Amino acid sequence: MDRLSEVFSALADPTRRAILARLAQGEATVNQLAEPFPISLQAVSKHLKVLERAGLISRGKEAQWRPCRLDADPLREVAVWVAGYERFWEQRYDQLGEYLRQLQKEER
Amino acid sequence: MSDNLTVTLPSDLEIKMVRVFDAPRELVFEAHAKVEHVKHWWGRGNPLDCEMDFRPGGTYRFVEHAPDGDYAFRGEYREIRAPELIVQTFEFEGMPGHVCVETLELTEEGGKTTVTSVTRFDTKEDRDGMVSSGMEVGARESYEALAAYLAKLS
Repeated sequence: MDRLSEVFSALADPTRRAILARLAQGEATVNQLAEPFPISLQAVSKHLKVLERAGLISRGKEAQWRPCRLDADPLREVAVWVAGYERFWEQRYDQLGEYLRQLQKEER
Repeated sequence: MSDNLTVTLPSDLEIKMVRVFDAPRELVFEAHAKVEHVKHWWGRGNPLDCEMDFRPGGTYRFVEHAPDGDYAFRGEYREIRAPELIVQTFEFEGMPGHVCVETLELTEEGGKTTVTSVTRFDTKEDRDGMVSSGMEVGARESYEALAAYLAKLS
C-alpha cells in the first residue's frame, strides 16, 4: 500500500482518530491512551501499530515506558491531497458555469 | 474557490453536492447531455476524450488529460428525464469494480438552475475507497477532522 492509502485507512477508524486527537494535546502512554475507551489494552495496542505503520505516531525507545507522540507530517500530506480533489470538483463546476455563460452569450 | 459548491455526506453511503448555475435548466441539462458540450467543461479545462451514448442503457467513457496524468472514468446512463433528471453509474478506472450511482436533479428558479447530485456507493468502504483512490471529495469528513487536528498543531 502506498503511504497516502495507509494514512487514509488509518484515519478511517474513529478510535484511531480519537487517539490522534488525544496525542495532539501531548505525549501519552498506552495506558493513558486506553483509558477513555471501552476496549482492551490489546485492542488499543493494535490501533497504535496501525497508526505507527502509517507514520502518524512515533514511540519512545525505552521498552517499559514508551510514550506515543503524534507525527503531523502525513496529516499535512493528506490535507494537501484532499484540497486538491476538492479543487477537482470545484473547477469542473466552475468550468461548466463559465461554459454556460459563453453559450448564453452566443445565443443572444 | 468555488462560488457556491456545497458538499455534504447525508449518509455513510452518499456524497451530496449542490451548485447553482446562472442559466436556464434546459441549457444546463444540454451541457450534460451532448459530447460537444461536455468536452468543454467536464475535464476542468484539460483536454477530454469523450465518448457517450446518451440514452437509458447507453454508456460513456471520459479520459481527462491532466498535467499530472490521465484520469479515465466510465459508466452507464440508467435513467434520463429531460430536462430534470439524470441517473448514471460512475466508475473511476483507477479503481475498477467500485461503481457508484450518481443522481443529478435539476431545478430552476428565476432563471437559475440548481444541480443537486447525490452519489451513492454500495458500501462505506467503497465511498472511503473512492476517496483514497484519488477521486472524491467525500473526504470532507476526514478533512474536517484533519482541519481540527491541523489547527491544533500549527
